[in-house]
Amino acid sequence: MTEERERRLQQKYAGLSSRAPAKKEFSIGGGRAGAMAAQGKPKDTKQTVKKLVWYLSREWALIIVALVCLLATTVGNLAATYMLRPIINEGISQYIGNVDEGMRVLTLRVIGLLTLYVCVRTMHFIHKRVMLTASQRSLNRLRRDLYEKLQKLPVRYFDTHSTGDLMSRFTNDVDTIGDMVNTTLVAMISGVITLVGTVILMIVTNFWLAMITIAFTPLLTFVSKTILKKSRPLFSKRQRALGALNGFSEEVISGQKVVKIFGREDATEEEFEYLNQQLCKAQISAQTRSILMGPINHNICNFAYAITACVGGIMVVTNGFDIGGLTVSLDYTRKFNQPINEISTQINVVFSALAGAERIFEVMDADEEVETARLSNVKELRGHVTLEHVHFGYVPDVPVLHDITLTAKPGQKIAFVGSTGAGKTTVTNLLSRFYEIEQGQIFIDGIPIEQIPRPVLRSHVAMVLQDIHLFTGTVRENIRYGRLDATDEEVEAAAKAVSAHDFIIHLEKGYDTLLEHDGANLSQGQRQLLNIARAAVSHAPILVLDEATSSVDTRTERNIEIGMDALMENRTTFVIAHRLSTVRKADRIMVLERGHIIESGNHQELLALGGRYSDLYHEIAKLD
Amino acid sequence: MKARYLSYVKRHWKFFLFGPMFVILSAILEITLPNMTANIINNGIANGDISYIVRQSVLMMAIAVLTMASSVMGAICSVNAAARFSADLRRDIFARVQKYSFSNLDHLTTGSLITRITNDVNQIQQFVQNLTRMMLRAPTMLIGAMFMAFTLNLNLAFVLCVMIPLLALTLFLLVRNSLPRYTKMQEQLDCLNTQIGESIENERVIKSFVREEFEKEKFFGVNDRLYQKSIHALKVMLWVDPVCTISINIATLAAVWIAGRQIMIGNMELGTLTAFITYLSQILTSLKVMAIVFVRWSRAGASAARVREIFEEPLDMTDESVACPERRVEAGSIEFRDVSFRYFKNRSEAVLDHISFRVEAGQTVGIIGSTGSGKSTLISMIPRLYDVDSGEVLVDGVNVRDYSFDHLRRGIAVVLQKNMLFSGTVRENLYWGDEDATEEDFDEASRISQSAEFLSFFKDGYESELGQGGINLSGGQKQRLCIARALLRKPKILILDDSTSALDTATDAKFRKALRESAKDITCLIIAQRISSVIDADRILVMDNGRLVGNGTHAELMETCRVYREIYMTQKEGDTAND
Repeated sequence: MTEERERRLQQKYAGLSSRAPAKKEFSIGGGRAGAMAAQGKPKDTKQTVKKLVWYLSREWALIIVALVCLLATTVGNLAATYMLRPIINEGISQYIGNVDEGMRVLTLRVIGLLTLYVCVRTMHFIHKRVMLTASQRSLNRLRRDLYEKLQKLPVRYFDTHSTGDLMSRFTNDVDTIGDMVNTTLVAMISGVITLVGTVILMIVTNFWLAMITIAFTPLLTFVSKTILKKSRPLFSKRQRALGALNGFSEEVISGQKVVKIFGREDATEEEFEYLNQQLCKAQISAQTRSILMGPINHNICNFAYAITACVGGIMVVTNGFDIGGLTVSLDYTRKFNQPINEISTQINVVFSALAGAERIFEVMDADEEVETARLSNVKELRGHVTLEHVHFGYVPDVPVLHDITLTAKPGQKIAFVGSTGAGKTTVTNLLSRFYEIEQGQIFIDGIPIEQIPRPVLRSHVAMVLQDIHLFTGTVRENIRYGRLDATDEEVEAAAKAVSAHDFIIHLEKGYDTLLEHDGANLSQGQRQLLNIARAAVSHAPILVLDEATSSVDTRTERNIEIGMDALMENRTTFVIAHRLSTVRKADRIMVLERGHIIESGNHQELLALGGRYSDLYHEIAKLD
Repeated sequence: MKARYLSYVKRHWKFFLFGPMFVILSAILEITLPNMTANIINNGIANGDISYIVRQSVLMMAIAVLTMASSVMGAICSVNAAARFSADLRRDIFARVQKYSFSNLDHLTTGSLITRITNDVNQIQQFVQNLTRMMLRAPTMLIGAMFMAFTLNLNLAFVLCVMIPLLALTLFLLVRNSLPRYTKMQEQLDCLNTQIGESIENERVIKSFVREEFEKEKFFGVNDRLYQKSIHALKVMLWVDPVCTISINIATLAAVWIAGRQIMIGNMELGTLTAFITYLSQILTSLKVMAIVFVRWSRAGASAARVREIFEEPLDMTDESVACPERRVEAGSIEFRDVSFRYFKNRSEAVLDHISFRVEAGQTVGIIGSTGSGKSTLISMIPRLYDVDSGEVLVDGVNVRDYSFDHLRRGIAVVLQKNMLFSGTVRENLYWGDEDATEEDFDEASRISQSAEFLSFFKDGYESELGQGGINLSGGQKQRLCIARALLRKPKILILDDSTSALDTATDAKFRKALRESAKDITCLIIAQRISSVIDADRILVMDNGRLVGNGTHAELMETCRVYREIYMTQKEGDTAND
């Protein structure tokens, strides 16, 4: 990699390496999606933990069952250990020489213990099985809630966040929580139970020796705390790096064909490798810190063990403390080690989960589309649209629309023309309340649109968007998307009206042909036809066609126009097009220039006016 | 695949070698501690030798420090080994995807590829990390303990001979059973990823048709299926731990029972039994550890198989053994000789049907035809985005299959119909055309493509940030930047696939004028919907249903080509209908 490229990449993903990233100014309207994933804000751990616990607690019934089983398992294990020793020590040696009697007793005892073992293992299994269901259910619910939230987020959110990074939150981040629920909870709880049990036994056996071990606890706590503090942000960084890598991969693989024609394979590989190395480094530094905890804590306990041996030995020699007691105490000191070890190794998992949860709740806490509508009784709209002095900008201080005023009556066709970037698409964004207007008002049937509940508003506006998007599913399903209760006949009628029928029946399975990858097996024009058919099948009284036929040849476009005329009767139609042939029949044509309406009227009026429209028109005429 | 994984291990051999060594060292050190307490009790206390006790204790602390150091080193090595291993794997997967041809890409979903790069690799990584930590320690402990058990008493060890094979068989069956289940689970994860990706990309459509509930239902279905598949897969492995433990429990009891009789008869010492049981518990511990590795292994196995698919997807196009790897596109002439092509080889209907034509270097040729007539397919043959079924495509008189991809595509710039910008600044996007472009090149390209004007309104000019896919630009602005990016390649052949469809006619005209003036020696192929866009081309090709039905100038075609005349009439009609 050249230094120059390295520098550029560092600049682009600056948020990945710095802990407090500088907030970028959005220069045009959106944010920087790729690098967006790389940034993060300091978050409130307590809140995250609280929310996480609340989430898991919704499976409380299952978790309680699992915990009871776990408790039974732990106690059963301890009991079994204590039962085995007497059988061996006394049970057998008592009967040396008295084989028949001894074997009868021994067999009974072995069978008894076997029963206990089987019971304990059964409990153990039940506990695991129940826990699996509980954890998978929590994950299922988490993904579900996350998706529900996703559907409530405003368009602006999607415009400023990378798809791949969002996807990473659904999979990688949710997974980290799954790992935690599956293993950590169990290890923590059984660890704590064993720990408490051992400490009690230690104190009972020899108070002073127990105190030696206990005296080391502050050190243990201190070490753990220090490591925790250091490694916690590193885990957040790791999840961010993972999100950034996901975001980059998603974007590049979606645009892989463009990568190919520009021969950019090597450059994208380089960039991927850069992010890959960032992730690798983040993984190593996060895990290295947290993995230290196990060995360090473990060997602090070994220290305690050595000192106990020393002091205990001296006590035996000087104080007459019995050797048996010392052996038992030492045994417990070693046992003390195990749960601490187990708990320490879980830190990894807990931190991953916290970092994952943070990113998940970040989405959950994002601002939703605000529902301002107070008129929930609005059910039917006829499509009388009025815009009054509408001002709008995607970013404050960068106005896109100025003082737009217009009226469209049901059955009318309103066209927007103007050079690209003049704000035509923005008008449609406002009409469906993808974005909220800043100043002025939009009325439908005399009702301000912010008073109409969004679902009602949008179900009355059928849109054909400039960017074509199809869904995985059959052609029929894709058209029916416009109105879910449309019959097969209605779907086909719509397809016929927009001249899509002919090509559809030539597809492998006609209307039942499966479309994949956004309709990759169709031509752009064909995809556009399906897009229009989708809007045509809906009964919405307002129709918005944003460059709906730009990739369709003119002959087909003519046919669509004829077919659509029937559909557009009684509907208010907004047409955005630069082909003047598409708009000339409109009742009113709005000429937009840099966010202002500079001319409006019908075709004849505008030609007579001799302004911008007539210039445009004559320019084309000249070219023809 | 094995060779690939081995090469990663080799590359990071230090971590893979020293990791397990440190782990073993710490295990050995750890084992000496109980021995030393035995020394304290047997020698120190028995002799009342306090200084011996203190010396031994200090030694124990020193050993604890050593243990700490070596287990820390071992842990660090295993983290490094796993992280570096998987970084290599991710890099290679991504590099492989970069080698995919268009038709490879047509049948792998983005969602699935991404799951493989992140989630599947992660499964493998966790396995590798477990492996490097346990690889030597657990089997060593297992074999050691078994060896000790056998030398202790053959009769008792017989218990192990029965139990170990049974246990191995059970584990084997469990792993075999769970592997296909894990595969299904990961596949379902693909579906989830695809559904999420799709609903994020299509969210404007979803919102505008108020289909949030509908999409939710779809997602809930996928999500619930993932839940079922996960339980289905994960529940198999729940058996591992209880089965291992209960086997050892039973073995212990069996040993107690068998040994009990021997001891009562007087054939065996009680100490032998106690020692045997200690070894059994050691065997149990190492078996459990190994079982965890097994569980990870079967899960990683399913993931590894999915990763393997990426490497095994046959690259249907390579440029490794081309005839003229050194040759570059010099002039820019194009010739099609009887070219036929189908996307789906089992379909009879050809997308391109015996097409032949020739374009001289420097000519501008328009391509016209109805929706779905094969225009885009036609031009994608030239930079060899797809390979022809029959016939041949020649650039500068050389078959495109004989060029290296790099040289061929360097000479040909295509502005795809479904084009894309990437997140980053305008400048970063333009660099795609030419890494070494100067400021003058930038200005020139944006002037010709008519981007200069709108860029001048951006506060930051070339440094303006674009959202993902250029979301914050209007359709026409996006198209113009895509054209600028293509122009920066300084190609010999420029192909515009309906690339100005979102431009207003005036801007479109200005662009074509600027292009004509400054790119005289570039061969241009322009697909357009409107005849007016190509009327002044040197020649116009007319496509209809996969066949070339017209080839000539506007005037010639008006004479000879029925389809062309029809297209012309509808457009003329459209323009004059209301006059």
